[in-house]
Amino acid sequence: MEKKAAFNSKVLPYLLLAPSSLIILIFLFYPALETFRLSAYRTDAFGFRKMFVGFDNFSELLVSPDYGKALVVTFFFTLWVVVIGLSVSLALAVLANQKVRGIRFYRTAMIWPYALSTAIAGAIWAFLFDPSAGVLNYFFSIAFNFKPKWLTSQELALGVIVATTVWKNLGYNIVFFLAGLQNVPEQLKEAAALDGANSWKIFWRITFVLLSPITFFLLIMNVIHAFFDTFGMIEVMTQGGPARATNILIYNLYRSAFVNHDVGTASAESIFIFILVMFVTLVQFRTAGRRVHYQ
Amino acid sequence: MAGQNLFASRILIHLSFWAVILLISSPVLFALIVSTQSPVEVFSYPPKLTPSGHFENYVEVWNTIPLARMFFNSMLISVLVTVGKIIISLLAAFAFTFFEFRGKNLLFFLTLVTLMLPLPVRIVPLFELIADLGKTVSPHLGIDSYFALVVPFLASATGTFLFRQHFLTVPSELLDAAKIDGCGPMRFLFLILLPLSWNAIGAMVVIQFVFVWNEYLWPLVATHSEDMRVIQIGVKMLINAESANNWGVIMAGVMMAMLPPLLVFFLLQDSFMRGFAFMKEK
Repeated sequence: MEKKAAFNSKVLPYLLLAPSSLIILIFLFYPALETFRLSAYRTDAFGFRKMFVGFDNFSELLVSPDYGKALVVTFFFTLWVVVIGLSVSLALAVLANQKVRGIRFYRTAMIWPYALSTAIAGAIWAFLFDPSAGVLNYFFSIAFNFKPKWLTSQELALGVIVATTVWKNLGYNIVFFLAGLQNVPEQLKEAAALDGANSWKIFWRITFVLLSPITFFLLIMNVIHAFFDTFGMIEVMTQGGPARATNILIYNLYRSAFVNHDVGTASAESIFIFILVMFVTLVQFRTAGRRVHYQ
Repeated sequence: MAGQNLFASRILIHLSFWAVILLISSPVLFALIVSTQSPVEVFSYPPKLTPSGHFENYVEVWNTIPLARMFFNSMLISVLVTVGKIIISLLAAFAFTFFEFRGKNLLFFLTLVTLMLPLPVRIVPLFELIADLGKTVSPHLGIDSYFALVVPFLASATGTFLFRQHFLTVPSELLDAAKIDGCGPMRFLFLILLPLSWNAIGAMVVIQFVFVWNEYLWPLVATHSEDMRVIQIGVKMLINAESANNWGVIMAGVMMAMLPPLLVFFLLQDSFMRGFAFMKEK
């Protein structure tokens, strides 16, 4: 596996790995396998009897219009978060890659919202979008002469969640794009400039191409963030509403498991999420090798 | 002429930076301003964009939710998970990088697989496991225990890989020299590797502290009593309690809840950027 296995000891490596392995076995593998088992059972309404139902929990989810809507909402939510989030972050990272006085301060001032939680981001943006107290509606009414009810409108609520998530992820994305930009060899850009390429061409033909491994890594990470980390934000801002317009998969799972106490359905939902995560992770592993060249 | 153009473009770059920073920071700045305003000022039209002196909002937060207790819980959990995770993944990364042993590939593969098992994939059985531990073994291991909030999260594939990646960059001459001097593995870890790893450790402190402090779903599920609630849930409780949408008080709570991870971030930002994204120093 690698070059520098150095020490010889029969026992020590196992001792070193014992804490990590124990926790992984007890709190990760065992519950994950248990999810598969529970997904094949249904508990009656009083929680007394468990019935084996095979794949019924899965097939019921697949034909449920509510779950279908959760899938669609999650898809579009993730799509917008990735497309808008990565474009904005890349533009800002290019700015942050300038060599000017005070650059350290500028960089910090651009990425610090990284340290905020999604619940706190949600609370702040819920205030900004508040129909009567929020400043955004004030600016909107001046500019466009209308005051939408952002979070209670089916069309707009998801947009608000997307905007909040994009804002919240900016710091993380900028850090990685910036690292990628700093690893683009200067000589390459200088050579292209000598050959008469303008800076627009240099960016898209050289920088952007060399950046693609980082872009891909961030794409994966943003998908994962959108799937899972948004829970606190949704809980604070919309609770999945209005009319399930912001009811993404993780929120639906939480409601099935801990509001409706429907263990079988919730476990089946967990398995669907597992399949999505597995797919995303495998794609990442397959392409991870390419990333090493540029680091 | 050329000098003037250069000067103008410099000014333009600085202005762009300030515009971007203002835009990115404005939500939090608005929140900070509102946290000092009375309800009348909050709902005034046009909105009042200057701070006021109603710091009683901050006192009101203390009277509405058990803030001290929640702060204590969040702090304890964040510190325990951060420190525990770093120690455990340092040891694991050390074993994976500097030893050859039977089952190494299998254990490495199992660590890798955990990347596919985020909390939502196992949350129902994990909850049942914790609830059972509480009923059959000890309430200190069950729902509403620190054990439930800390121990299941102490293993980290991310941490193990981050440290392993870092260990692989340590020159092998260093290892050879240490071995010639009769340095054993544990001494090598503590006296040579650890001092070389501060950036990676600093990055892990920021990532983990921010992550645990901000975690919402598991604390919501694994705690029921108000005594065990964390500050993130407190923000939501504050919103529910202030039914007239008294944003001044809510934003005061938000300001306090965001402070600790921000402090950790600002203190360790250099390590964070270098160790996290393997950024070059420039």
